[in-house]
Amino acid sequence: MTYRNPPTTPRKSATFDDYTLSEIRRAAATGIYDIRGAGAKRKLPHFDDLLFLGASISRYPLEGYRERCDTSVVLGSRHAKKPIELKIPITIAGMSFGSLSGPAKEALGRGATLAGTSTTTGDGGMTEEERGHSKTLVYQYLPSRYGMNLRDLRRADAIEVVVGQGAKPGGGGMLLGQKISDRVAEMRTLPKGIDQRSASRHPDWTGPDDLEIKILELREITDWEKPIYVKVGGARPYYDTALAVKAGADVVVVDGMQGGTAATQEVFIENVGQPTLACIRPAVQALQDLGMHRKVQLIVSGGIRNGADVAKALALGVDAVSIGTAALVALGDNDPRWEAEYNELGTTAGAYDDWHEGRDPAGITTQDPELMKRVDPIAAGRRLANYLKVMTLEAQTIARACGKNSLHNLEPEDLVALTIEAAAMAGVPLAGTNWIPGKNGF
Amino acid sequence: MPATKLSKAATHDHASRIFDLDVSSLRELNQALHALTPGSNETAWEVLHPKGSHSVAVGVDQPVTIDVRGSVGYYCGGMNSGSTITVHGSAGPGVGENMMSGSIIVKGDASQYAGATGKGGLLVIEGNASSRCGISMKGIDIVVHGNIGHMSAFMAQSGNLVVLGDAGDALGDSIYEARLFVRGKVDSLGADCIAKEMRPEHLELLQGLLDRAGVTGVKPSEFKRYGSARTLYNFNIDNADAY
Repeated sequence: MTYRNPPTTPRKSATFDDYTLSEIRRAAATGIYDIRGAGAKRKLPHFDDLLFLGASISRYPLEGYRERCDTSVVLGSRHAKKPIELKIPITIAGMSFGSLSGPAKEALGRGATLAGTSTTTGDGGMTEEERGHSKTLVYQYLPSRYGMNLRDLRRADAIEVVVGQGAKPGGGGMLLGQKISDRVAEMRTLPKGIDQRSASRHPDWTGPDDLEIKILELREITDWEKPIYVKVGGARPYYDTALAVKAGADVVVVDGMQGGTAATQEVFIENVGQPTLACIRPAVQALQDLGMHRKVQLIVSGGIRNGADVAKALALGVDAVSIGTAALVALGDNDPRWEAEYNELGTTAGAYDDWHEGRDPAGITTQDPELMKRVDPIAAGRRLANYLKVMTLEAQTIARACGKNSLHNLEPEDLVALTIEAAAMAGVPLAGTNWIPGKNGF
Repeated sequence: MPATKLSKAATHDHASRIFDLDVSSLRELNQALHALTPGSNETAWEVLHPKGSHSVAVGVDQPVTIDVRGSVGYYCGGMNSGSTITVHGSAGPGVGENMMSGSIIVKGDASQYAGATGKGGLLVIEGNASSRCGISMKGIDIVVHGNIGHMSAFMAQSGNLVVLGDAGDALGDSIYEARLFVRGKVDSLGADCIAKEMRPEHLELLQGLLDRAGVTGVKPSEFKRYGSARTLYNFNIDNADAY
């Protein structure tokens, strides 16, 4: 036997990992950046890093199935003559017709209505499917103004001025040619089949002083009836919230970087904006500093998955949360039943994010007439309603355990953090200590 | 400046319902206009002392005439649907923004983003218009008697922009299917905007626009036409330096 030197185990670079290498090769081969849907996929400090304390000797709980725990929320009471009243503090975020199929939009409306909450249009105008099936519909006012018209503005229940979104603060909409069908093209006044890259700035206002005048115009057009939301991506949540309040918003929506998009550059999704958890306390602080907490409502979105996330967001001071990605999953997005077809597309159930390509096996992010038949709006709407109700029950379970007779009575004092990062971001103590990083000079 | 038939609208109509913004609030004005129903006999309105107010006569959806006696601030006639609004003065930013139908005539100059995202109707600026005139227009027709500023018709999707004077830099940047007609010089064209042949159908279209805008003494043949080269409609990495 000859002696062989022990071999060196092949070692892959942590910096140049397999994914990074594949991206370099793909860029070199195709000459285009990677475009995809959904939000940030990297691991980020999140609600999982927070825990509730529950009841103890000094705090007594409410009976789980017997004592009432209120879940309702009123949005838009600051200026609107007709504020929105929702049964649950979980709303459906804006997603466009164009990025989503007509049956998917209808299912969102049906599910939200069954659960007693609102749904939202998107960068593509208001469709009859969603107006007809949504008891409460928020109409987005976007830089592109695709399909924006007086009639729809007046038949909306609230108006959301979109300044940015968490997946791409500073980026505009994107809908590639494969999804610009005749109907989508007509609603957007665009030629069929072009790659639509909508504007990132509003065409007729710039900055907070103009925004105030724009909001005045929208109120005048709608006779001061409808709540006006301002939605921002999680960029500068303290100042964005304060400026939105100053501009006259009834509701501020802050969307963290886990918030999804129909399509944008991967580099944008993963590298611009702040995690949802990092956005909440600065936004709440801005409202508190202005004496407007609970007067101007705060909605937070981006990575809300279950009732614990809802409860944690509310405990940190938000009035309601909004879901997009999770709602699509409830409708059937990324369902393993389509695994064979996901494999054909070079992906797997749970990882499919090429929503811009319009070939969604689940029939949700497509304009293909055959694929979209896979969404039964009634059944999918029912699933969404079930999911929303489960989330609500979960949040109530936690709130009662913390002795709260309303979800909105949850407070930061009910929380601790598992990591120093989460403690610093959420402004709650690291578990087992009374240390809040950044507070009291430490 | 060429004569205009529409200047007749400036004559005082004694049957008008007069709304004095020195006495009544903007909100009362807009709500009174929104309360109009089809067939209302209050078809002529006059707004006094606007003094640069924002959002004068926004969201009107009945075919009434509104004469605004003075200059207005932002978004006059925003989302107009069917009414004829004459501003006897100058207009601030976003006059006629997202107009659906009807017409707006500005006797003086207009600030930035005149007619932004307009879906239909006619916007006439008898003076000059500032930058970003017709930005993101989606079917509106805009006729400017004077000059327009830079970045006008940016991302213009549909409709016609007619300029009797000159255009500033980057005209029609990233334009889609809107048509631009400029009689004077153009400082520069934006990405994907090119000069195009003026064919008989364009001369006919332009004559119709000039007639609707009350322009006389100007021939369509004096204009040049600009529109999209359509090279940026589908992304190509070799065009990236065009953006």
